[in-house]
Amino acid sequence: MGAIEVGLCHTVVVFRAMNGYTEMRIGGTGRRARSALSGDRLHAAPYGWFSAGQSFAPAFMRHMYEYGTTPRQVAHVKMAHSRHASQNPKAYYKQRVSVDDVLESRWICKPLHLLDCCVETDNSTAIIVTSVERAYDMRHTPARILGVVGRCSKPGNDTQMSYEHGRITTIGADYAAPRLWSSAGVGPEDVDVSASYDAFTFTAMMQLEAYGFCAKGEGGAYVSSGDIQLGGKRPNNTSGGHLCEGYTHGMNMVIENVRQLRGRIDDYCPLDESRGDGARHHSYDYETPGACRQVRDVNITANLGWATPATASALVMRKG
Amino acid sequence: MPDAAPGDAGEPPRPIEGEHLGMPLAINVLDAPNREFFGHCARRDFHLQRCLDCDLVEYPPRAACMWCGGSRLEWAPVEGRGAVYSYTEVVHAIQPALRQVAPYLILMVELDTQRGRPGSDDGVRVTGNLVTADAEYAPPELVAQVGIGSRMRMVYRDAGEGIALPMWTLDEAADQPVPWRYPE
Repeated sequence: MGAIEVGLCHTVVVFRAMNGYTEMRIGGTGRRARSALSGDRLHAAPYGWFSAGQSFAPAFMRHMYEYGTTPRQVAHVKMAHSRHASQNPKAYYKQRVSVDDVLESRWICKPLHLLDCCVETDNSTAIIVTSVERAYDMRHTPARILGVVGRCSKPGNDTQMSYEHGRITTIGADYAAPRLWSSAGVGPEDVDVSASYDAFTFTAMMQLEAYGFCAKGEGGAYVSSGDIQLGGKRPNNTSGGHLCEGYTHGMNMVIENVRQLRGRIDDYCPLDESRGDGARHHSYDYETPGACRQVRDVNITANLGWATPATASALVMRKG
Repeated sequence: MPDAAPGDAGEPPRPIEGEHLGMPLAINVLDAPNREFFGHCARRDFHLQRCLDCDLVEYPPRAACMWCGGSRLEWAPVEGRGAVYSYTEVVHAIQPALRQVAPYLILMVELDTQRGRPGSDDGVRVTGNLVTADAEYAPPELVAQVGIGSRMRMVYRDAGEGIALPMWTLDEAADQPVPWRYPE
């Protein structure tokens, strides 16, 4: 965004393409497992502390310990996102699941059940960023970038995800939040649709809390209140997110929010053929699976990205 | 920084090679911090780097002080005792080597040394698996006894010449609190 504003370039394509299912598993099995463990990895991998879920789980457990967050509260994230995915013809998992389905799914590593974890997929995504002036010449209503934070980290993030610094429930997003809202000129109360990185149910919950959508420690209550569901106060990950649509390192949720801002969600509602620009006759029926996921009157969206408990990125966009 | 490589003086240092549950481990000749760290563990003599500028110790070992950025570090003996700060119980092991010991606990133990310094929420948190007093992976009934707050002491699991992994076992000499565990 800055490079365009100062005139270094006109238009930038940001892409992410990965064979996350068939080739490079995040868990590090396959080819990566055969090389000797060395360097910093000696302090984690020999202990079976290796995959993303294993690495982040101590922060999730500590959140439950410090704030009384319950697995049932957090399971609502998967339930909500699965309802959203049921309105998305392109979602990998369209089946709605209940909170009990999550809690009864098999263990991966505590506190993560199978259904607390996202799905690794083969996919490709791209976003085109250009100047505001040029965007107004385009066919669609622009999604204007109001503010960004890129790779904001806790102190001491050279090894072990800053787990020695302060509370491990204090995450990169706690440092990114004041920078995000001050650069965007809006606050969490102004956001109509959120997109909190759901590699796990817990990452979505912890980031919504850190960015101020609820008070610190009340993330469990917030995600189980109904607010994050379609039809609620501020739906989160309306495409189904990483948990259900597919795992693309947050890019799919940026694309989803652009669609929400344009009013051009590609759900099951019939196309408005008279327009020919992707507009649909939206029913706003979120209860029936295979119906609508367009949110009414979306003006401001927020994307909350997670790399590790120690590193965060975020993006706020506005309609037009 | 002294080099703990095996061999006679004047002989070029060799890589340290080890093995844990069938997983190959390697410390190259240039990785002085890890040669020292795991060498001390092999001698049952836990040491961490202490910064000569701010007097704080750090974990894991590295080239500079994690607290102040200082580069003048010395190896200092540190007591291997503390309390579980957080943990996870891995039921579905990802690495094939770990499947034989699942379910296993990954413990993050906050040492008594330097607890609450430099900030009140800071601490030196050393990773290890839950093992028995003789460094065998804990059976399920022992796994069920440990959680946040459990008092632990360090034991070592040999992984080759010049390398042992620090591990954690329940401290038999301590008064054990009722630990916080994931609500089943």
